[in-house]
Amino acid sequence: MSDLSYVRTELLPEQDPPLSEVGVIGWLRANLFSGWFNSILTFVSLVLIYLLLAAILPWLWSPTWNAGSLAECREIIAELGKEHGGACYGVIRERWPQLLFGFYPDAERWRPIVTLIGLFVALAPVLFTDLFPRKMLWFSGAFLFAAPWLMWGGSIWTPVLVAAGLVIGAGAYRLLVPRVGNLAAVIAAVVAPLLWWFLFVGPVSSVLAPVIPLGLEVVESRLFGGFMLSVWIGVVSIAISLVLGVLLALGRQSDLLIVKYLSVGFIEFIRGVPLITLLFVASTLLNIFLPPGTNFDIILRVMIMATLFASAYIAEVIRGGLAALPRGQYEAADALGLDYWKAQRLIILPQALKISIPGIVSTFIGLFKDTTLVSIIGLLDPIGLTGSIRADANWNGIVWELYGFIALLFFLSCFAMSRYSMWLERKLRTDHK
Amino acid sequence: MASVTDSQGGSFRLSMLLYDSRYRSATIQIVALIGFLLLIGWLVNNTVQNLAELGKTVGFGFLGDRAGYDINQRLLEYSSADSHLRAALLGLLNTLLIAVMGCIAATIVGVVVGILRLSNNWLVARIMTVYVEMFRNVPVLLWIVLSMAILIETLPAPSAFRGDTPSASMLFGDNVALTNRGIYVPEPLFGKVDEEGVHTSWRHGIGDLHFFGDASLRFDLSLDLVAILATLIAGLMVSGLIKRRADRVQAATGLRPVTWYWRTGVIVVPVIVLLWVLGLHFGKPELRGFNFQGGTHLRNSFIALWLALSLYTAAFVAEIVRGGILAISSGQTEAAAALGLRPRRIMSLVVLPQALRVIIPPLISQYLNLTKNSSLAIAVGYMDLTGTLMGITLNQTGRELETVLLTMLIYLLISLAISGAMNVYNNSVKLKER
Amino acid sequence: MQCTFSDGLIKKIERLDGFGTEICRISLGLKNQCETGFFLTPRVEFAQTIRMEGGPRSSYRYRQGSRIITPETGDIQEEVIMKKSVILGALTVAGVMAGAAQAATLDDVKARGSLKCGSNSGLTGFAAPNANGEWEGFDVAVCRAVAAAVLGDPQAAEFVPTTPKTRFTALASGEVDMLVRNTTWTLTRDVDLKFTFTGVNYYDGQGFMVPKALGVSSAKELDGATVCIQTGTTTELNLADYFRTNNMNYEPVPIETNAEAQQQYLAGACDVYTTDASGLAATRASFEAPSDHVILPEIISKEPLGPLVRHGDDEWGDIVRWTLNALVAAEEFGITSTNIEELAKGTDNPEINRILGTEGNMGELLGLDAEWAKRAIMAGGNYGEIFEKNIGESTPIGLARGLNAQWKDGGLQYAPPFR
Repeated sequence: MSDLSYVRTELLPEQDPPLSEVGVIGWLRANLFSGWFNSILTFVSLVLIYLLLAAILPWLWSPTWNAGSLAECREIIAELGKEHGGACYGVIRERWPQLLFGFYPDAERWRPIVTLIGLFVALAPVLFTDLFPRKMLWFSGAFLFAAPWLMWGGSIWTPVLVAAGLVIGAGAYRLLVPRVGNLAAVIAAVVAPLLWWFLFVGPVSSVLAPVIPLGLEVVESRLFGGFMLSVWIGVVSIAISLVLGVLLALGRQSDLLIVKYLSVGFIEFIRGVPLITLLFVASTLLNIFLPPGTNFDIILRVMIMATLFASAYIAEVIRGGLAALPRGQYEAADALGLDYWKAQRLIILPQALKISIPGIVSTFIGLFKDTTLVSIIGLLDPIGLTGSIRADANWNGIVWELYGFIALLFFLSCFAMSRYSMWLERKLRTDHK
Repeated sequence: MASVTDSQGGSFRLSMLLYDSRYRSATIQIVALIGFLLLIGWLVNNTVQNLAELGKTVGFGFLGDRAGYDINQRLLEYSSADSHLRAALLGLLNTLLIAVMGCIAATIVGVVVGILRLSNNWLVARIMTVYVEMFRNVPVLLWIVLSMAILIETLPAPSAFRGDTPSASMLFGDNVALTNRGIYVPEPLFGKVDEEGVHTSWRHGIGDLHFFGDASLRFDLSLDLVAILATLIAGLMVSGLIKRRADRVQAATGLRPVTWYWRTGVIVVPVIVLLWVLGLHFGKPELRGFNFQGGTHLRNSFIALWLALSLYTAAFVAEIVRGGILAISSGQTEAAAALGLRPRRIMSLVVLPQALRVIIPPLISQYLNLTKNSSLAIAVGYMDLTGTLMGITLNQTGRELETVLLTMLIYLLISLAISGAMNVYNNSVKLKER
Repeated sequence: MQCTFSDGLIKKIERLDGFGTEICRISLGLKNQCETGFFLTPRVEFAQTIRMEGGPRSSYRYRQGSRIITPETGDIQEEVIMKKSVILGALTVAGVMAGAAQAATLDDVKARGSLKCGSNSGLTGFAAPNANGEWEGFDVAVCRAVAAAVLGDPQAAEFVPTTPKTRFTALASGEVDMLVRNTTWTLTRDVDLKFTFTGVNYYDGQGFMVPKALGVSSAKELDGATVCIQTGTTTELNLADYFRTNNMNYEPVPIETNAEAQQQYLAGACDVYTTDASGLAATRASFEAPSDHVILPEIISKEPLGPLVRHGDDEWGDIVRWTLNALVAAEEFGITSTNIEELAKGTDNPEINRILGTEGNMGELLGLDAEWAKRAIMAGGNYGEIFEKNIGESTPIGLARGLNAQWKDGGLQYAPPFR
């Protein structure tokens, strides 16, 4: 039987894989032409891409950067003999500062830029917890007060003294807790800063201001416009709505029935109506709701409504974070004998907020995009400005260039933020598995 | 600890309201309630004072006044002599129309894109990613304005269809006209009674039922449509009976009788017969005067809004669908493959039904978003609720308080209705846990 | 109080007396303008009364950040009173201003140091920001004239862009002091919405524009047409009425802004564009080939466009009304921005003298100084000059005076006598 062995004793020489399975062809076969259905899909996609590019690219290539009006653009394009016309970039060259900064004074434009850079620095320790030292959080805290000062200007003493109110509150709490008990200390810690803000900040700053006259030129909010306005409304609203959102989320999770239903009612009401109706409230009704004689300017009113709007959504995001925490965390906090606020402050919220960050970023992206709605009530955000620019006799009739430029700006910023959010989600997922 | 209190009996002291855990929650709640009521009172008081200063009164009487403006897309009959209330009603119907159509389109596109993003085809998956990112990261208002601009600039004007050598022509055998004023498609019509009250043919429609006389909320109910719906429902029920019988036979004998032609037949045949009896024919659009006449006119504003809203929302839906599919563990797919199911059947029988449970809740909030975003219709002049009640009516009557609050209330009710209905559905597909 | 300032624009300021009210003596360093920014806390509502020694006594109150423009050149010693409001505290940081909307608007405007005008967010020739963010146009010029009359500085006018829907609320709530936004004077707006129209700066009427290729010569031939129309205005009511009374059908295409309407019309998405005839002319002028379009002869409505203020503050209404009248009268009497200095020295014509403040006390009666009208006219010229500069035949918009000519030339612009 041994002569009938079918067992090979030595290995065959290794062969290269067939040419159709490796390299470019192999990749093409595997990814584009694996079967008749995929082949058709690929072919249709290629045709679509070609048609799209053939329509857009020749239009995009258009040396009209220096044109001073649409008529000049048309001349340049006519000289080139382009059939389907071309883009008129002159409008972007002339108007890009306006599209970015609105009517913010030329000489002061460094301020929004510094604020934006400061915003990134301030957010860095919050968003990239392991890359930056925790001490940078002090800068983030200071930035909360510095940013409005940078944007609106005025004496430096106002933000400093307003911030001092918080220090006074914390000091009052520390000082009083051992003497009069927790509750009275909390009340004192709330009342003391309020007294400070309403009664003392004014006189003290008027004493300090002449002594050390540091300040920036005041820029009224009606001068805010363009892309800066969108960013600023988004940032301010989200920053304030974080505080409101946490309170609303806790209220919604609370055992206290009335508190719970008030929170639920507010959240569902805000989430149930379109933002545009809230903006109409800002533009037409808010002045009627406030005491006679109060007169906020429209951008502040929009910020108030945008804050209320965002806080309802943030509350839902944070509620998700609270719900995602394992039950054991709540029980462990109770077992340690912590009272409600201590448990929230030390155990629950730090964890819940951390896992809520991607949701918060998504909410911000949504709100940031929605700030374009203010153009409907006549504010000059980028989309509102397109109308004004087209009313200029030089640029009457321009369409695509402006929309394209604005879309590009929004795309770049929102895309970057959504990538960050996805990255963080991935990171957090591994943390919790 | 402050919260731990000895709740021994004894006389009641005022401080117990705060320090006794039996009373504390009640105290906090009452304080919150009082604070809330004070806030409301404050707002109302301010409003009353401000209105008095402006010399304005609050009232909804203006809703009965003559509106004076025209609405182009009318789902009910309307003229400028009608009241503001009727104009608002037409706006509401337009809002509902765009919301329903948008949700349907967004779901279809979103599901297809979501599945294609997971496709093996590298190119298709990339294109879908680009589509999703492009739409998600640019404001919807910009998309609405842009799609309107694209429709206006790329499609031919009706004048291009005119003349001896028209530069544009109608599609599908002169049945459909794509113009930059909108799309004209054939309109289903039923046989009509002619002017002398004599039927030109024995095949004719049943007619309309008119409700509410001359009131603002009057409407016509097409009895033809009711008849068709009734026939359809009856057919569906008979078809259900046949299915149940087939199930019983299968349970008893193990062999399932082939019933698909019966089941389709009882649904389709009666409807077709009914349509023939009612004298169904199609009214073609024709170029007459300035515009195409006849046919159904889908206006540009509607199409632009519909396209932009559904494509924008579809980008989010696609992500939800993709996430839902990826959430199904690969063990399920492998097990299904081991049973010998083909890929498409794995998707439809194993993966999608399970993924639906993950997909439905976020899908609801996308539907809500689409409905709310439909209020951006004013950017392209689509006369929805914001365009009529909170738009022209507000502007003509100067009643900002009433119109804005009424608009908010209506949107709130729509939102609550959608989330309510979807929650019911959600509960029905939820995994029944033991 | 040490009133030192950082960058030397205002050289010296010293406290004289008062608790809560500080009177400082400052000397202005620059000859014509100096910035007052850069020093006070935002909480302080910086209200100044500047008393000129020698020259006419005028009182101005400035908010920080505004400019002081001294009427005469040279170093002038001025007294500055600063009032402090304390209670608003941190809120004011954000630019909150408290001021009863119903109180005297003139005082508010002076206290604020700026005039807030509700304007169109963009209408060619009438109101639009240029590349530097400065507002320009026919309506804008009226507002600047009022600012010059009241505050002495045409640049003290601030423009709050409004939409057709938000404009009336903005005015009623006191967000703006006056509205100059091509707004038609109607009975309901006057009586029901409680506004006072202070005159007509442009007589307009609703017209139709169609492409020549359509072969239409009268609006009566427009049965079945698609009509582009701006929403939120009186035009859509006029249109509905016109087609109804003439028993014609039409398809309205409502549009938010003039720019979009133009885009739709040019692409052929509507056969007809209807709006005020001035808007039609302005729009047509910006076309690549204006001669391919005709404006139909029918004017279907009267659209007197003018500035308006709130009911209940007649003094303020008077100022706006008579500033506009001064511009119109200036054209009638040949006062232009070039010869005004010459005429202000005194002329033989007593009416010119009364307008320019060299005779009578017109300014005092209005609560202003004697030279109010002179400043208003100097801001942008007389009515005719403003018209020519912004929308007249020398501009791309190329509107003829038509109804807006002086009454002597057969038009409707007719200023009541200054007496």
